[in-house]
Amino acid sequence: MVKGILGVKVGMTQIYDESGRAIPVTVLQAGPCHVLQLKTLERDKYEAVQLGFLDKKRPRGRRIRPSQASRSERGHVANLGSKRAKRRSAGGVKPPEKAGCEPKKFIRELRGPVDGAKVGQQVTVQSLEGVKAVDVVGVSKGRGYSGVMRRHNFAGQRASHGVKKVHRHAGGTGMSADPSRLFKGIRMAGQYGNQRNTVRNLKVVRLDPENHLLLVRGAVPGPSGGYVVIRETNKVG
Amino acid sequence: MNKQALLNKVEQTCMKAEVPFFEIGDTVDVHTKILEGNKERVQIFTGTVIARSGGGTRQMFTVRRIVAGEGVERKFPLHSPRIEKIEVKRSGVVRRAKLYFLRKRVGKAVRLKERRTKQAANSR
Repeated sequence: MVKGILGVKVGMTQIYDESGRAIPVTVLQAGPCHVLQLKTLERDKYEAVQLGFLDKKRPRGRRIRPSQASRSERGHVANLGSKRAKRRSAGGVKPPEKAGCEPKKFIRELRGPVDGAKVGQQVTVQSLEGVKAVDVVGVSKGRGYSGVMRRHNFAGQRASHGVKKVHRHAGGTGMSADPSRLFKGIRMAGQYGNQRNTVRNLKVVRLDPENHLLLVRGAVPGPSGGYVVIRETNKVG
Repeated sequence: MNKQALLNKVEQTCMKAEVPFFEIGDTVDVHTKILEGNKERVQIFTGTVIARSGGGTRQMFTVRRIVAGEGVERKFPLHSPRIEKIEVKRSGVVRRAKLYFLRKRVGKAVRLKERRTKQAANSR
């Protein structure tokens, strides 16, 4: 199984190493996760381990809110004994393996060989023991529709010398009658942030299996409290 | 557990168990370990504490002194393992948390009135 885990960004702080240097660290709460499903070459044409993190609330009454687990979500992690399942097993179809845990809030797949992983197995930070660096995937903070200065670090235009009402605009975006069009990929204003981002090769500073914490050097995309996928870095050297 | 509690737990691990007591306006000796080549030695910086800022592991304090007629300020991380010791030499009477007004003063005006506490009297 690929070395990886799901987690939540707790926040940033700084700690000191033995030589007294201050290291900026992001604290991540990583796991414990459950393996919910295995994707196999025969059935799914690719291999992956599906992990689930944090229990989702069960509905109290008939009305199911988005924050509560629906019947399909509950059926994903445990056998509910539906009529259809009974009919199928009577017909000789083997029911799929279930994790037998609470329904999960955050479910993601880790692509890679499945060997050794079992449905229902728990994954904790300890599985990252010996890993030097990790890649962290998160959803960056949304900044809405932003101008080119914020979005692409353009310099903008001058404050005076005849510049009128375009101080924060881009300059030119293209040529003239030839080619009479814009080239693709010209950087302009638009939606910025709220986008899946991966930060690669973050050094692991500390593992704290007792509190399920992982400390990595540097920043991680997204707000504190945002969900992240952590996996061993695929960067070589 | 909530996020702040987890952060505090992480910070606790690299904070000094006992932080020497000193206040704004105190004249202190800060003993800093510095590396010279591959030899370690202790350097002492003496001055008045004019500010404390930040919290947790990030807490810093600023020490100001006059060297050859020029004001010198150094900012130290309170919890850094390189700060060996902070000795209080003298306490001053001050009424604010940041003594930035000292920056504008020269000569005798820099002096602070001494505050005599029981603790200080005993140690002397």
